[in-house]
Amino acid sequence: MYDKGKVLIGLAIFVIAALSIVGYNATMGDVDSFRTDGKPGPEKPVGHDKCVKETAYMQTSHMVLLNEWRDEVIREGKRELVETVGGEMVEKSLQNGCMGCHISKVKFCDRCHDYTNVKPYCWDCHLAPVEAPASKEAH
Amino acid sequence: MDNTRRKFLKLAGLTAAAGVGTTLLGSKAMASGGGGHAAPAHGGHAEVAPTGTRYGIVIDTGKFHDNPGLAQKCQDVCHSYHNVPDFGNPKDEIKWIWTDKFANVFPEHSHYRRDERLLSMDIIAMCNHCDNPPYVKACPTQATFKNADGAVMMDFHRCIGCRFCMAACPYGARSFNWRSPRGVDKEGHPFIKKYNQRFPSRMRGVVEKCSLCSWRTKKGKDPLCVEEACKTASDAMIFGDLNDKNSKIAKLLSSKFTIQRKPALGTHPSIFYII
Ligand code: HEC
Ligand code: HEC
Ligand code: HEC
Repeated sequence: MYDKGKVLIGLAIFVIAALSIVGYNATMGDVDSFRTDGKPGPEKPVGHDKCVKETAYMQTSHMVLLNEWRDEVIREGKRELVETVGGEMVEKSLQNGCMGCHISKVKFCDRCHDYTNVKPYCWDCHLAPVEAPASKEAH
Repeated sequence: MDNTRRKFLKLAGLTAAAGVGTTLLGSKAMASGGGGHAAPAHGGHAEVAPTGTRYGIVIDTGKFHDNPGLAQKCQDVCHSYHNVPDFGNPKDEIKWIWTDKFANVFPEHSHYRRDERLLSMDIIAMCNHCDNPPYVKACPTQATFKNADGAVMMDFHRCIGCRFCMAACPYGARSFNWRSPRGVDKEGHPFIKKYNQRFPSRMRGVVEKCSLCSWRTKKGKDPLCVEEACKTASDAMIFGDLNDKNSKIAKLLSSKFTIQRKPALGTHPSIFYII
């Protein structure tokens, strides 16, 4: 074998580099961010226990519901309140409905969206709830 | 040589025919997709027979003249609720409701030797929510459309910023966001002074305009400007359904002399002025 020494040094550098990434994530990563346990972990709203539709539906199809609301409200003028699964009456509105319960975009919507790298453009116009100053403002 | 020319002409003819065909098809599709109770296209000045709801406003210009600053208040309450940015220069200005002199609001009327009061008045102008709106046909994405209450709406989600509607609107009621409304000016002052968390802002590249406060009128409330104006001077602005014979606005219109902006264009404005 030639250059055994050089190969070993190279390997060592690689292993250290790889470990340092794991180490960085374990120690430096945001404690309450999804990166610690590998799951997105959106924060459930306090004081409410049911969403507008069943949770399973919300997880897979909330963007469909949002589009339905958007079209009903703007194009059909159906602005009446809707009843949630828990019997609460809420506005068909992104800012005044969804975000009325899910009071943090950063700790809810962004958790999943960062995880799956989805970047809804809604927030170019719709105002996200005002977050505590320390939290980051993502896209 | 002759042969190729012949071929060329044939081809050109076919293309033209296809072009006409698609235009016809297109206009048909537009007409049927035009939504709700869209009035049939007609060139005359006569109003169509009333069907359904048609919201409108009567503006009593005299009351605004007697209460200087009232028009400004109406603009402030509208623009601050709807997060309308102030870009600080007239070229980029975004306006949902504004004021102008008689000569500019009613250019088709004679201004020659009019009385001082009239010529000095600041007259409120806003989207006329026309019954026969030309820009609705101009919009390629149906982002702007007439809703069931007769209000001309913007669906910002569909606006692609082509500005055909701005060219088609004879009242200058539409503004384009040349810059990001969320930005700041050279001194670092934000274009939107204070955000209203209950309403969205817009983004660069979309057209915006007054929506006749459809989020309020749906709940039986008057538009913000009307409410604000009436706080100071009762009946300075009157809102209601023009097609409902028993509404206050319909009665007022049948008993007072009012004018509309540029009626000869056949757009059938729903905003009326008592001069
Ligand atoms: C009445 C309050 C309320 C409103 C309004 C509301 N939600 Fe929820 N939402 C909840 C609650 C509570 C949960 C958790 C339900 C559970 O744990 O089963 C939830 C769950 C969800 C989930 C699944 C989260 C997860 O961890 O799996 C999504 C996605 C979601 N909501 C999106 C939305 C969207 C989008 C809107 C607006 C269209 C909305 N919610 C409006 C209360 C609300
Ligand atoms: C449980 C995880 C989860 C939560 C919580 C969540 N989302 Fe999503 N969202 C997703 C996923 C995953 C997608 C992408 C789905 C796809 O592309 O098929 C998505 C897509 C979307 C889209 C469509 C984006 C596009 O580009 O098409 C919108 C809009 C959206 N989410 C809005 C929201 C809002 C608003 C909230 C907070 C109230 C929220 N979501 C909370 C997981 C979540
Ligand atoms: C170009 C700006 C813009 C973008 C981008 C945008 N919206 Fe909107 N949206 C608005 C405005 C302005 C309104 C309010 C219209 C009204 O009330 O007349 C609105 C209203 C809505 C409504 C109904 C009423 C309300 O208050 O929420 C829903 C639901 C909605 N948008 C969802 C979305 C979703 C989901 C996205 C992203 C996929 C999105 N919007 C992106 C400007 C925008």
